[in-house]
Amino acid sequence: MRDRLIFTAQLLFTLLVAAFLVVPAILSITAGITVNYFQGIRSGVTLQWVFQVWELYAGTILLSFVIAFATLVVTLLAGVPAAYALHVRGGRLSRIVEEVITLPLAIPGLAIALALLLTYQGFSDFRRSWLFILTGHVIFTMPFMVRSVMAVFATVDIKTLDEGAASLGAAPWRRFLDVIVPNAVPGILAGSLMVVTLSLGEFNLTWMLHTPLTKTLPIGLADAYASMRLEVASAYTLIFFVMIIPLLVAMQLFADKEQAR
Amino acid sequence: MSHRTFVWLCLLPLAVVTTAFFLLPMARLVVTGAEGPQGLAGYLAILTEPRYRATLINTVLLASATTVVTLVVATVAGMFLQRHRFPGRAVLIAMLTFPLAFPGVVVGFLIILLAGRQGLIGDLTSRAFGEKLVFAYSIYGLFLGYLYFSIPRVILTIMAAVQKLDVGLEEAARSLGASPWAVQRDVVLPALGPAFVASGAIAFATAMGAFGTAFTLATNIDVLPMLIYTEFTLAANFATSAALSVGLGIIAWAILALARSFSGGTVAAAG
Repeated sequence: MRDRLIFTAQLLFTLLVAAFLVVPAILSITAGITVNYFQGIRSGVTLQWVFQVWELYAGTILLSFVIAFATLVVTLLAGVPAAYALHVRGGRLSRIVEEVITLPLAIPGLAIALALLLTYQGFSDFRRSWLFILTGHVIFTMPFMVRSVMAVFATVDIKTLDEGAASLGAAPWRRFLDVIVPNAVPGILAGSLMVVTLSLGEFNLTWMLHTPLTKTLPIGLADAYASMRLEVASAYTLIFFVMIIPLLVAMQLFADKEQAR
Repeated sequence: MSHRTFVWLCLLPLAVVTTAFFLLPMARLVVTGAEGPQGLAGYLAILTEPRYRATLINTVLLASATTVVTLVVATVAGMFLQRHRFPGRAVLIAMLTFPLAFPGVVVGFLIILLAGRQGLIGDLTSRAFGEKLVFAYSIYGLFLGYLYFSIPRVILTIMAAVQKLDVGLEEAARSLGASPWAVQRDVVLPALGPAFVASGAIAFATAMGAFGTAFTLATNIDVLPMLIYTEFTLAANFATSAALSVGLGIIAWAILALARSFSGGTVAAAG
């Protein structure tokens, strides 16, 4: 009887917390497809706000995808070889490097963005292009790629595989492409999902680094929240949810699969 | 090409990117912080200038309150979800973790929908009591927003820690006659200590540096990131904003480093 009571109380509490997280998201989704949010859903269901967002902000959505993809390419090209090098080298220097690249997780994005602005504001072409936002996203997401790949190397005996291939006469870069990378695939995939998800939603850095011509989706969202009617802001948020939730689900499935192993 | 050279080459792209776009800019930030009219003393302004100090205290209090409440909520819910199996459990876990990747701006907007002028809470209270309760733009709204993005992060860590608990210890305590509360107090909670420290530090550091939520709620409450932003963009006060961001960065980093050495030490001691 007593256990039953405790169970029910805990369940109710957990449901309440879940409601706190889910109800606002549902409100936002319904507001995005309601004709008039003030009158409620009775006023009818429409996609007009979604179309209006598309007309106004399609550019921001496109740019977000471009930046997320470019961030992924850079973190793959720089992060995967680095994870390999840090793993095989080991020792103090590797730990220091790992420590340094993880710092952007601790330092608020605002501080990093300010540092980039103060350093590169003189280079006006670079400052004005989306590449400037890219640098911020790369610095912010790099630790996720490197750590995720290194976590795989810690479970696979990469050194023995590497030495085996070397004893057969394979050149270092051949071994890297044919032996190391295929073994790192789970880490690369997990890292990639993380990098793309974070880049698509990044606001703190991007708000400081953007220009009127280089607006990403979260910047457009902030813009819509400040100046558009509630239905338009909600429809825009709905588009963001549609983009980000499949990535989150994929990440969750991936984590479950790894845990089941 | 020798293996050694190849390993160095592998590190090169990362080294170039990190140096050019992180280390050099951070060095620049630290130098700029000392270039104001007060020189190096500009770094002390965060403590000596009354307005900055009040903002710092505000931010620390808000971040502390967020951390404590998040830990309590996440522990109750996380322990429950990890210890019981029931239909709908997976859906409930998904609901509790999906806001993980929401940017601060979106969280701010969701708080407006919940507690803003056209919000759900205002609607319900005006129907029930005839008075509209609107608090999204106050410190309570900000606090609610910080809770919103902290709970999913912390709950995952707590659930993982609960899963690793040795159930045998609890059974032993119970067989020795400990009451359920005593088991929780003396066995379960101490064993979760390292997880509390680690996830609490992450929640605290995130709350200290959170900018998007405060930005969307456009509150007149000063939190440190908003102060840095207004000093930089509106007042064009580069030196002050740089000094304040270095201060904020050091606080966030120190909390995380401290927590890591603490929880790492405990884990080693237990092993």
